[in-house]
Amino acid sequence: MFLAHSKMRASKSDRIFDFVNYSLLILALLIVAYPLWFVVIASVSSSSHVLNGEVTLLPKGFQLKAYEMVFQNRNIVLGYRNTIFYTAAGTSINIVATVLIAYTLAQSDLRGRGPITFLLSFTMFFSGGLIPTYLVYRSLGIINTRWVMILPGMISVYNVIIARTFFQNSIPSELQDAAYIDGASALKTLTWVVIPLSKPILAVLTIFYGVGHWNSFFNALVFLSKNELYPLQLVLRNILITGAERVEAVGIASVAEQVRYAESIKYAVIIVSSVPVLLLYPFMQKYFVQGVMIGAIKG
Amino acid sequence: MRTLTAKTSRHTLTIERSVRKYWQLYLLIIPVLAYVIVFNYAPMYGVLIAFKDYKPGTPLLSGDWVGFKHFKRFFESIYFERTVRNTLQISLYSLVVGFPMPILLAIMLNEVRHLWFKKTVQTVTYMPYFISTVVMASMILIFLRPETGLVNLFLQKIGRESIPFMTRKEMFKTIYVLSGVWQSTGWGSIVYIATLSGLDQEMFEAAIVDGANKVQRILYITLPCLLPTAIILLILNAGSLMSVGFEKVFLLQTDLNLEQSDVISTYVYRSGILGAQHSYASAIGLFNSVVNFILLISVNQISKRVSSISLF
Repeated sequence: MFLAHSKMRASKSDRIFDFVNYSLLILALLIVAYPLWFVVIASVSSSSHVLNGEVTLLPKGFQLKAYEMVFQNRNIVLGYRNTIFYTAAGTSINIVATVLIAYTLAQSDLRGRGPITFLLSFTMFFSGGLIPTYLVYRSLGIINTRWVMILPGMISVYNVIIARTFFQNSIPSELQDAAYIDGASALKTLTWVVIPLSKPILAVLTIFYGVGHWNSFFNALVFLSKNELYPLQLVLRNILITGAERVEAVGIASVAEQVRYAESIKYAVIIVSSVPVLLLYPFMQKYFVQGVMIGAIKG
Repeated sequence: MRTLTAKTSRHTLTIERSVRKYWQLYLLIIPVLAYVIVFNYAPMYGVLIAFKDYKPGTPLLSGDWVGFKHFKRFFESIYFERTVRNTLQISLYSLVVGFPMPILLAIMLNEVRHLWFKKTVQTVTYMPYFISTVVMASMILIFLRPETGLVNLFLQKIGRESIPFMTRKEMFKTIYVLSGVWQSTGWGSIVYIATLSGLDQEMFEAAIVDGANKVQRILYITLPCLLPTAIILLILNAGSLMSVGFEKVFLLQTDLNLEQSDVISTYVYRSGILGAQHSYASAIGLFNSVVNFILLISVNQISKRVSSISLF
């Protein structure tokens, strides 16, 4: 009797819990999703409807002119091209360097692992700071060149840890030993045995480094002053935040048209700049979750 | 958790044998290590200009030694109190509000039985993390604009007055922190969700048999299981209390909110890069790095003593 009673009470309190839990999660879902959705619908609605608060759930006064004007803007196109280059070149270098270091540190019988490890991890805890870094870059002559968008941050210690953990735990050491006994050099073992088995970690590194390059803004702000080298994020800032630049499609759009689309253009610029990352997002999810897990639990 | 010291399953080879076996790897990582020395360690050495009077355009370590002159100047200026206060306030505020949120989300998701719903919430809440800081700051500025911003349109619709959020300096920190929560709660929850998915389900089944309800199971099983992970992350966060990410603060900063939004990193940028006071700004940067370093070490020591959980 007593048992049955307490059991019933428990299930009732559990049902209340579930109700509250699901309600709160739905609320959280809406809070996160709605601003994103709003950006999408505002970019294809007419500016006046957006400014009057008439756009709430679906586009109103549908137009694609804003996108047309965004793509006709020379600086956005240039920034896009620059960012693609910085991301591709930077990420490639990142991955080669990270894999080499991580694979080396994963060899438990390798001499000198300790000092190398110390050399790397100390940079996580201490840095020279902005100004000395700036002065070193200047004496290297990379300020105001494309190099300054590619070289800094070549290896992230956090990513080295993830990759090293993966090499240690997910590649059977018997396989590497066998390759070694068969006379394969360390480099051959890496390229022919380890790399083909490392697709998940390569995906993780590509995502972490790639998104980092795509979204990077600070280095461009501090180290670049030539317009033609600006990455997309810096162009975005000039358009959306400082207002130093307007989206103007010279000769095509009249002043009236520009005013009419000014608001939608802002949203369109946001979409256009985020689309590559968001398109890849569904494919990435599996991998970045894996990456975070390796980094957090096994490391 | 995130230490670099690896397991030693095999004995370390002698130098000669190690070189013979791994000479290619040694050779290949030399450029990478050289890179680290030039790009990370040379600036650490260059920080010596904080103790000199460096003049722009002269060789890096040329000026005269001036001891702690630049440090003194910073400590005695009005900027010292202002930037340190804002930096600490913003990071503490972020920590207090932002730190528990991912744990909460992970626990709530752990209680969801409909897999499709759980997946949907995860997919959507992770997404903002991939938005760039520039886009994030733009969205904040656009949505919070007076009169025609999304938030103010809503306020007007429910009969309230429009609030000029961005010109109210006292709102800066709240805007900074809450937008941070919006952007990174989902991402932050991944670690905890992973921890929870690795838990032994038998514990929960035993608790159910014993008549524990969901709230009790969360309090006595789920939460304690998340504690070690939470402590490690807390250490990491506490170690960076004196460093607030530059980008978002900088992008949201205006003359109107400067008093509340000026942090150490934005002041270093203004005085060092824009103002070309290289030695002075280096001194501020060094002061900041040293404080960060001490913070991280001491929090780590404290945690080691109290809970035997530590980073290194």
